[in-house]
Amino acid sequence: MDRSQSQMQILLCDDDADDRFFFSEAIKELKIDNALTVFESGLDLMDYLKHPENHLPHILFLDLNMPCKMGLECLKEIREDAQFRNLVIAIYSTSATEQDIEDTFSNGANIYIQKPSDFKKLKKIMHHILNLNWQYHTAGLNKETFFLNI
Amino acid sequence: MKLYIKYDINLACRVILQEQLESLQIKYELMEFGEIDISDTVTEEVFNTLQENLKRYGIDIINNQKSQLVQRIKDTIIDMIYEKDKLPTSTISNYLADQLNLSYGYIANVFSEYTYTSIENFIIIQKIERAKKLIVEDGLTLTEVSYKLNYSSVAYLSAQFKKVTGLTPSSFKRIVDKRRELSQIN
Repeated sequence: MDRSQSQMQILLCDDDADDRFFFSEAIKELKIDNALTVFESGLDLMDYLKHPENHLPHILFLDLNMPCKMGLECLKEIREDAQFRNLVIAIYSTSATEQDIEDTFSNGANIYIQKPSDFKKLKKIMHHILNLNWQYHTAGLNKETFFLNI
Repeated sequence: MKLYIKYDINLACRVILQEQLESLQIKYELMEFGEIDISDTVTEEVFNTLQENLKRYGIDIINNQKSQLVQRIKDTIIDMIYEKDKLPTSTISNYLADQLNLSYGYIANVFSEYTYTSIENFIIIQKIERAKKLIVEDGLTLTEVSYKLNYSSVAYLSAQFKKVTGLTPSSFKRIVDKRRELSQIN
């Protein structure tokens, strides 16, 4: 009846090994019970998402600048598929012009994160995002108008 | 005579659960990891019977009372925000304590223990959620929204909106409009 105590499933797709490392460390130190699955390329991510046996995660973190399959391409591809309509997608990027941000949201992102420079900040951001995301999953909020620019 | 048995504890539990739930005519689905999904609402009486019956087999329903309380807190808050005439004239802490007949300290503790957020924060998130709906679905102006949700000023509403979403309300509106445009093209 109540799943508020269950584990948060998190996906991360980032081609940069250092960024992946910091991300998983930051998440490990939070008090939220979670399971993280990591992908190094957009192609691997899409294969995973489309595999019928894999459950949808509570949130997907997507790097905007990756070789081969760009983050924006993945984002569009995911949003074109009706089964992923309720998937919360967080875009993880180094750039942050007003235009970039609005474009990314318009193309279906829920969260826009500017990659922070230090670890402490990253942890704080992750804490904020995961908490808010949890409210969206447990309190019946509308994910189609879920935006967070951080 | 001595008998030796071997048993599958998982299967045994599932059968007990199935029998007990069925005997009370509860519509359910057994999930993995000791989770049961109950599709319709169950009266308190039936629930207590189920709890009692399962106890005989050493099966406990976990965290039930507290998580039910959390649900009641959420319902009370959402009710308060979505029905304008019910917005309390007293402080929200008094209102919740009155409605639920519990001390606010206790309510706040249970809430943050189970939801990863504070009541105050939850209320802000819900108010902004309502504001989004009023802007997108009802096409209200910010002045109208701030009046409806009891904000002291438009500036205060805008600031809180920005704090929760990272966007200004007008930027939010542009994004929603553009998304609609894009989905019509596809």
